[in-house]
Amino acid sequence: MSLLLKNISLPLASFTLEADVEIRNRVTAIFGPSGAGKTSLLDLVAGLRRAPSAFIQLNDRVLTDTARGFCVPTHHRGIGYVPQDLALFPHLSVRQNLLYGWKSGGAIDPLFAFDRVTDILEIQPLIARGVRELSGGEKQRVALARALLASPRLLLLDEPLASLDAPLKAKIIPYLARIRDEFQIPMLCVTHDRVEALTLADEIVVLVNGKVLQTGAVLDVFNRPANADVAKLVGMETLHPGTVTSVTEGLVAVRVANQTLTAVAPAQATREVFVCIRGEDVTLQRDSESPSSVRNRLAARVVALRPEGALVRVELDAGFRLVAAITRPACEDLNLQPGLAVTACIKAPAIHLIARE
Amino acid sequence: MSSEEWQIVWFTAWVSALSTVVILPFGLALAWALARRDWPGKSIVETFVSLPLVMPPVATGLILLQMFGRHGPIGGFLHDKLDLDIIFTWRAVLLALGVMSFPLLVRSARVAFEEVNPRLEQIARTLGASQWRVFFTITVPLAARGIIAGMILAFARALGEFGATIMIAGNIPGKTSTLSLAIFSEVQLGQDDRAFRLLGVSVALAFAAVWGSEWLLRRNRESK
Repeated sequence: MSLLLKNISLPLASFTLEADVEIRNRVTAIFGPSGAGKTSLLDLVAGLRRAPSAFIQLNDRVLTDTARGFCVPTHHRGIGYVPQDLALFPHLSVRQNLLYGWKSGGAIDPLFAFDRVTDILEIQPLIARGVRELSGGEKQRVALARALLASPRLLLLDEPLASLDAPLKAKIIPYLARIRDEFQIPMLCVTHDRVEALTLADEIVVLVNGKVLQTGAVLDVFNRPANADVAKLVGMETLHPGTVTSVTEGLVAVRVANQTLTAVAPAQATREVFVCIRGEDVTLQRDSESPSSVRNRLAARVVALRPEGALVRVELDAGFRLVAAITRPACEDLNLQPGLAVTACIKAPAIHLIARE
Repeated sequence: MSSEEWQIVWFTAWVSALSTVVILPFGLALAWALARRDWPGKSIVETFVSLPLVMPPVATGLILLQMFGRHGPIGGFLHDKLDLDIIFTWRAVLLALGVMSFPLLVRSARVAFEEVNPRLEQIARTLGASQWRVFFTITVPLAARGIIAGMILAFARALGEFGATIMIAGNIPGKTSTLSLAIFSEVQLGQDDRAFRLLGVSVALAFAAVWGSEWLLRRNRESK
């Protein structure tokens, strides 16, 4: 799939939304703080909003080209949209909601057959109900199913998990992963939550105040933020995929590259995780032997030093890329230089694990 | 009641209902355009439509008389080209009732359309529905209560219309005489018992209209 957004310029209340990106991956997160113009971008793609300047192409089909005054109307775009408030039709039953797009979509793609979609999202028992009798998580699944039943070529999701509490989020995420895998449908997912971005997306577009600050694979963007704004937004210096190898008494052993780390077990235990470590939680010492309460002591080598105000970000090679944020005086006391061998210490509770679906 | 009285009641109810039905499509279209679109001259049209509400009905009647009389711009055209007379026929009654009740329908429907979450309409579009289908399957059903209330208001206003009607339709027994006109002329003629009978029918009609709308709204609410 390829979604091309070129020369986008849309004046909004306090800034102009500008974008020039090509999205190639199956699941892409539009990531940014609230009010960054993320929803407006989705509205442009869906054709619900007109911009003074825009060129939008999905695969080989041009959807919007303001230079030629061309714009495919929303109902001919074949783009599914699940908005933040879900927009279930309150005067219709669940069944009527589901069939709303299925009837007009017409394209009876067996991939999106009624029974298949309702099976995968497990909403068969809800079909006879009224929309008002559904819980938050059920509404979410019905809204997803309704969008899928119109046989879309692209699915837009606006903050799919924002309105749900933590346990419900954990329940919905597997459904989103299922949609991604079972329907082979590209998804563009707006989120301000980095856990969501990590869990669902392959690619990420960082949008702040209407500007695209960085695009790339999720791990790349999180590990190597292009600038300080992105770094602040992702707030995570170290991020690696890991595998949980054992769980004992609330602690888990996680394999990352050739190292094994000890972390506190997350609420939902999955085997595949992302390991997140903030630079501020990593301390450095020259000798490796002095005893302490710290569970994780990694032999590492200094790769680079990046001064940042009162702090120095120390990039380390500990078998994986690890960043420590320490004060300037500490850096001088330790006499840190590239190539120097040190021990990096991380307390177990400071290692944050995020489920990887 | 005499057959003559029945004729008046039947004619009034029938022409009031017809005027409500005739103005419905125009009223809904205008209400939608006012609620959902911005266009040049919108505020002027808005004011113009509301004029019959605030102007003396007799004045509105006089304007209609000027426009639809045989020598008026519209009336002249209809008479010359289509051999159609408006003034002092049942069509004049329909015209007066329609014009006088139109603003009530538009105002009510407009508020009802404005209260429909536009996001619902937009998402319906992404599900492949044309603007027409969205209008009839999402917008109108969700605005149904306000629309029905507006229709009842319009119908009630039509039932009681007096000033504009007497200006352009006169009070021709068996032809353009409505309940209001008949009650007035019976009282003028000192026929109080006939006036009271017609008064009773007016009360019954008004009661039926309001009660019927309440019932419709209740059913509408329960089905949601």
